[in-house]
Amino acid sequence: MTDEERLKVLEEKAAELRRLAEQDGLDLHEELAVLERKIAELRKQLYLDLSAWARVQLARRPDRPSGLPFVQALCEAFYELRGDRVVGDDPALRGGLARLGGKRLVLLFHHRGATPEEQRASRFGMASAQGYWKAKRLMEVAARLRLPLLTLINTPGAYPGVQAEAHNVAGAIAACIWTMLRHPAPTVAVILGEGGSGGAVALAAADRVLMLENATYSVISPEGAASILWKDAKVAPKAAEALKLTAHDLHELGVIDEVIPEPLGGAHTDFSATVDGVRRAVLRYLEELSRLSLDELLRARYNRYRHVGAQGPGA
Amino acid sequence: MPIRKDKRERYVEVEVSGPREPLWVRCEACGELIFKRKLQENQYVCPRCGAYFFLSARERIVSLVDPESFRELPLPAVPEDPLGFADQMSYRERLARSRQETGLNEAAVVGEARIADHPVTLAVLDFRFIGGSMGVAVGEALYAAQAHAARARTPFVFVVSSGGARVQEGVLALLQMVKVVAGRELLAQNGVPYIAVLTYPSTGGVLASLGSLADVTLAEEGALIGFAGPRVIEQTTGERLPPGFQTARFALEHGLVDQVVPRAKLREELAKVLEVLAEEP
Repeated sequence: MTDEERLKVLEEKAAELRRLAEQDGLDLHEELAVLERKIAELRKQLYLDLSAWARVQLARRPDRPSGLPFVQALCEAFYELRGDRVVGDDPALRGGLARLGGKRLVLLFHHRGATPEEQRASRFGMASAQGYWKAKRLMEVAARLRLPLLTLINTPGAYPGVQAEAHNVAGAIAACIWTMLRHPAPTVAVILGEGGSGGAVALAAADRVLMLENATYSVISPEGAASILWKDAKVAPKAAEALKLTAHDLHELGVIDEVIPEPLGGAHTDFSATVDGVRRAVLRYLEELSRLSLDELLRARYNRYRHVGAQGPGA
Repeated sequence: MPIRKDKRERYVEVEVSGPREPLWVRCEACGELIFKRKLQENQYVCPRCGAYFFLSARERIVSLVDPESFRELPLPAVPEDPLGFADQMSYRERLARSRQETGLNEAAVVGEARIADHPVTLAVLDFRFIGGSMGVAVGEALYAAQAHAARARTPFVFVVSSGGARVQEGVLALLQMVKVVAGRELLAQNGVPYIAVLTYPSTGGVLASLGSLADVTLAEEGALIGFAGPRVIEQTTGERLPPGFQTARFALEHGLVDQVVPRAKLREELAKVLEVLAEEP
């Protein structure tokens, strides 16, 4: 039995004891306390001191809350907009008009897909050129309507393919960064799972960047770094550690604003608690940002990125 | 007998006599043995088959600007090795070696210059310095160059030779993509033109940020232009790459650049662009 399975068994037992205590009025106080102490220890062991590599695995879980189901649970209303108006549509990067906490905004998100067919169609969340050209178009919709922009990131990276190059995926990512940097309303980015390289930063030039506790954000996949720098893909766990790609590491580096806690065991163990945590954080930041004038907002955003990495010892 | 593969790739220096600088090199594209000075005179284009070897930042500057017109700008100091990174070699060691090999402090050289008497602000990347990769120092250099161009109101010329973001600086390197675009915004706000010259190689995070946002984009013949490297594409997708994929010609045909220019004509071509953009006196 794995630790995770043992934890599940213990939790079921505890639930049963609680039910018995309630139904039959039994005093199971002590038994419950022992059980709960055990559960807490096991959870801590399992999840609080997770290695970077373990978090990479959590971030990549196919059942991790993200994509369209996440958006539908997060927002009171969502109306999808499709197509880049030039080449086509991309099921890996989606977006549209949304209402969140009563407020209007434009939402962009990676969709990795739940079923094998969906996953194939969206290439596991690797968006191609038309995905990023569409994202730029929707940012422009938001800019015209002066609506805040919310992005939910979960991608291994932009899709590396012949068609992607032919349709200028690099230019599309660059255009997204520029458009988002100039956005005339508040912008919030949340990394829900993997924040893979250029495909992630295209949606992350925001006023506030938040990460779920077990999400990752990295210049390259640990496997990629391992094979390029160590010439050995097997040292990916070591590369994951060295890249400082966890939410806690990046918070310490001052790159992100907040680590949104996940339910113990990981976001996948409690979909609605995860969604609630993200909603609360996003609404709090949107509220805070809405108090700034447009001039203050743009100046602060601009300064944030103009100085990134240049402060600290030796500067 | 080849003694070492030059970092320019695709040509090999050949020892003829003693331990001095080799006099002869072999072009790996066509196998021709070339007198090294002849290759230098031909700006590192093989005189026989026309293969392009890449230029260092200093060689590039000399080849583009009016003689003696380049004045290097001082660059801000930045924290080194922000992650305390080490792979098989520590990042600090890698930086020290690159500095020794190239005589440069970092992968970017920026300054003021004149091209056919037009004042410009110039930024050039050096592929020999950790693949011309963009970390915090290069991000700062490119930002500073654009800020200078915006202030001085001189067109900004950016010569790309980079494999992308610098892995050893992690997300801080990735976020330099946003920083250099913030610099790009300064140019736009001040109505200052930006001309990009894409050379071998223009890939990854540098192409997916500043490299793709110019008003005028020239591709040098012999350039490699693409978001993902050919090997990554083959390995990830199993796709077979079409002939000529990610060449300057491919970029022109797919609408990614305005013109493909041979190395020997690059200066002249820039002069034409600057001439037509020059503000009325």
